[in-house]
Amino acid sequence: MPEVPAPLTRADVMHVAQLARLAITESEAELFTEQLAVILDHANDVASLDIDSVVPTAHPLPLVNAFRKDEVRPSVDRDEVLRTAPDALDHRFRVPKILGDS
Amino acid sequence: MTAREIAAAVRTGARSARSVLEEHFARIDVREAELHAFNYLMREQAFGAADAIDSAVARGEDPGCLAGVPVAVKDNFCTRGVPTTCSSKILEGWTPPYDSTAVARLHAAGAVLVGKTNLDEFAMGSSTENSAFGPTRNPHDPSRVPGGSSGGSAVAVAAGFSAIAYGSDTGGSIRQPAALCGVVGVKPTYGSVSRYGLVAFASSLDQIGPFAVDVGDAALALEAVWGYDPMDSTSLDATMDSLSDSLDRGVAGLRVGIVRELTEVDGIAPEVQARVAAAAEALSAAGAKVDYVSVPSVSYGLSAYYLIAPAEASSNLARYDGVRYGRRDAGADVATMNSATRDAGFGAEVKRRIMLGTYALSAGYYDSYYGKAQKVRTLIIQDFARAYEQFDVLLTPTAPTVAFEFGSKTADPLAMYLSDVCTIPTNLAGHCAISVPYGTAEPTSGATLTSDGNPKQLPIGVQVLAPALGEATMFRVAKAIEASAP
Amino acid sequence: MTAHEVSRGYEIVVGLEVHCELATNTKLFCGCANQFGSEPNTNICPVCLGLPGSLPVLNERAVEFALRVGEAFNFDVPERSVFHRKNYFYPDMPKNFQTSQYDEPICSEGTLDVDGVTIRITRAHLEEDTGKSTHVGGDGGRIHGADHSLIDYNRAGVPLLEIVSEPDIRSAEQAARYVEELRATLLAIGVSDVKMEEGSMRVDANVSVRLVGATEFGKRCEVKNMNSIRSVRRAVAYEAERQIDLITSGERIMQETRHWNEDDGRTHSMRSKEEAFDYRYFPEPDLVPVEPTAEMRSLVRSQMPELPAAKRERLIDAWAITEHDARVIVDVPGLAEYAEAAVAVLGGGTPKDIVNWLTGDFLGFLNETGTKLDDSNLRPAGLAELVGMVVGGSISRNQGKDVMADALRSGEAPVAIVAARGIAQVSDAGALSGVLEVVFAANVDALDAYRSGDDKMKKKKRGFLMGEAMKATKGDGNPQLLNQLLDQMLEAL
Repeated sequence: MPEVPAPLTRADVMHVAQLARLAITESEAELFTEQLAVILDHANDVASLDIDSVVPTAHPLPLVNAFRKDEVRPSVDRDEVLRTAPDALDHRFRVPKILGDS
Repeated sequence: MTAREIAAAVRTGARSARSVLEEHFARIDVREAELHAFNYLMREQAFGAADAIDSAVARGEDPGCLAGVPVAVKDNFCTRGVPTTCSSKILEGWTPPYDSTAVARLHAAGAVLVGKTNLDEFAMGSSTENSAFGPTRNPHDPSRVPGGSSGGSAVAVAAGFSAIAYGSDTGGSIRQPAALCGVVGVKPTYGSVSRYGLVAFASSLDQIGPFAVDVGDAALALEAVWGYDPMDSTSLDATMDSLSDSLDRGVAGLRVGIVRELTEVDGIAPEVQARVAAAAEALSAAGAKVDYVSVPSVSYGLSAYYLIAPAEASSNLARYDGVRYGRRDAGADVATMNSATRDAGFGAEVKRRIMLGTYALSAGYYDSYYGKAQKVRTLIIQDFARAYEQFDVLLTPTAPTVAFEFGSKTADPLAMYLSDVCTIPTNLAGHCAISVPYGTAEPTSGATLTSDGNPKQLPIGVQVLAPALGEATMFRVAKAIEASAP
Repeated sequence: MTAHEVSRGYEIVVGLEVHCELATNTKLFCGCANQFGSEPNTNICPVCLGLPGSLPVLNERAVEFALRVGEAFNFDVPERSVFHRKNYFYPDMPKNFQTSQYDEPICSEGTLDVDGVTIRITRAHLEEDTGKSTHVGGDGGRIHGADHSLIDYNRAGVPLLEIVSEPDIRSAEQAARYVEELRATLLAIGVSDVKMEEGSMRVDANVSVRLVGATEFGKRCEVKNMNSIRSVRRAVAYEAERQIDLITSGERIMQETRHWNEDDGRTHSMRSKEEAFDYRYFPEPDLVPVEPTAEMRSLVRSQMPELPAAKRERLIDAWAITEHDARVIVDVPGLAEYAEAAVAVLGGGTPKDIVNWLTGDFLGFLNETGTKLDDSNLRPAGLAELVGMVVGGSISRNQGKDVMADALRSGEAPVAIVAARGIAQVSDAGALSGVLEVVFAANVDALDAYRSGDDKMKKKKRGFLMGEAMKATKGDGNPQLLNQLLDQMLEAL
């Protein structure tokens, strides 16, 4: 029987939060560690299944080759889009500096 | 009045779309403040649309199969120029520059959109308590949840705010609230209704479907929106058997299997088990061959689902970063801004699932979690295929219990997740299922008392499952169940 | 030029990752125009902007182009390929994941011959491009020290084909030649305009060094930002020397990404804030697998043009031209077809004459005036006519150049220009003898020097007198005849 992964730690939670860009607080980290551990423990019934030879299903239907013709379609009005942007300048989306101070 | 009756009356000019709409808004005005089915009411646009339909009829034109039918859509359907929030603070201030395919088809069918309904944030939840704008209440007992995530749409139909409504179902989000609110809810075959413009939760599981007061309206509502859409690569280019035409063919000779693993097991309330048994008996009496069937791998469905859905969600929800639309919280650099925005913009359940999904996909865990869950999906599909060699449709409860009280499961995510145990396997397999109201019961504990001192009765739904594109047979069985309902 | 460069006992090991933008009309997953240089954010839609609810649909032509690349580089095209999501946050990536291919690419295991050496190509896969950030504030538009950035999503979702070689390249020169060959082929099969300066072709080099004879690879650095083939050559050479310097002075190579700076001719470490990368690849649930059918593959095969290497070989054999000329003719898009059309109606002279005129004055004119080959006023038949007149002696080479310039400017046929301007080579022996007599009379000193000088002096003065005579005919004299007459008159002195 395959081994189930080691229980989730608080450090795992902090790492995952960073990957997912979530600025979670100390108390959130505490709570999430506890709750996710319970859910993952339940998921271990799946993790422990010995089903190496089974082919994974990424998609419920066996569809292939869904293509589109290479024909230009009208674009959306950029003003309509930029109007609802948090910050825009010179017809472009503005963001704070990309590289942080470090 | 059913949607069928409304459309027929409006098409012939016997009723005006405006007068139909006035009746519905009158009910909204009385009860919406208490129930909170809607995030956004489109009163002005709705009357404009109703008048346009009446003019079209006056000109001798046919506005379509949903002529003048008031319709509500879940607030995760993109509607051009109308706020689309997914009940999340992160989409504050955003209005889509485009209509979802489903909404475009509703307009084309002459439907009148009355509003955008409340949901669990990004459709993650089973009670509509996870909305950033406050919960929706169950019209049968406002101290209880309507189910979720499409709670607002279920309530809109149950309370007569709209004749039909649409929601999205990723693990039961249409069928479970339909059951808890006493209306019909359909999760069609994956790929039968375009997902274009439906804000994604878990792409390989999400599917749009209708809510209706009866099976006939549900058939009409589904036929109005389904069919191939070139904008959705996962859209099925298949001929669909007409539902409305086959509804009344009866069930004589059909083989119905009661799924043992989802019916007579711990966690399914006795009063719910009793209703499934009653439905089975009624089908048998109507000429169907009913027996028990085992679908062993569905026992792993819940675990597999709570790995696959969060994994896909963690990726689908990465785009909410404060750059292009919606909310932005200040940060000195982009990464800090992203994190601040996402922390403030997402609620606890969404964060929990993003974390869970990110973890399930991350290096070192993919094979044990996400990879394994996809293999379980294969097993479930194989087990269903075996069951459908012997049976035309399967029968299970829709939800394990009647509507539960607010706050009773919010502290325990796993307990909440168990609400979807009967509905999830259908999504994993890409099949179709329908929930049909089948009587009521008082809850096992904590029943609310009516003014005359009796415990309030709450709706129970039974679920009919069918293989991919098996809707026509599924609706026939649903119709027969409905006909025998107490 | 060496294929295997050894420096101080170390050999260079290079693998190249080439991204080329496919020249489709629309983006990879939506119908927005795939167009360079549009106004910011004008080629955008819900899909390429990653708006909530939008879904991708794969561009059929991008698949067709990838299959052409498969044919051109002897790739194995698997029965099935799958798109994956590569998850990481970056503001120019609208969904914060890149839709790419991972363990099931559309092409795998190809080859490219570079000057007789076979370089293995690991894979070629389809993926979407990102938007473009402009960094404002700070040092000259660089990301470092910028105050904020402005994002244009026109490029987001443009189809890219990433072509990854094995670490089979053993010199900077070979790296450059690999890119040249790859580029010429991609251009010839019409899948990309491969302009490195516009970024429609981007090259990253994984460079390492090891002692000659070693079997293990050294630590590698990924070099980015090479904007021309010349900079590929320079950057790889620099990076290899830098690594050898470090090793020979007892230091270690850090595996890292380095940025090539064209101005100072060095690579620089791009180390910034340490961020853990974990791309969490998983199959893109919004797309379905690609399974190229037999029909698709045979259609692509039937549309494949002759590839540059084969074409060069054929022209060298058939026309007796040099490797260099063949390369020029084949590398300029359309020029080989132009030359073949001219050769087909040749009215005197050889194909080599046609090639000489094309690679010389003709290309010179196009380059100077920025004219495209297709827009040039002189068509292949006109060129053949012109070459025929020069080779046949009715006009001189210098006159031919003038006529060509005129024809390119005006669009008149060379024959008509010659007739209208009364241009003719002077081939009248009497007239040319008269010219020589005048030249002799005016250059008595030179004649004296010729008479008394040794062979070297004689040759020099003869050349001088010939030049003076040509000058006197304003270049219109028939050089062969003039030479002949000059020799007769000098002998008679």
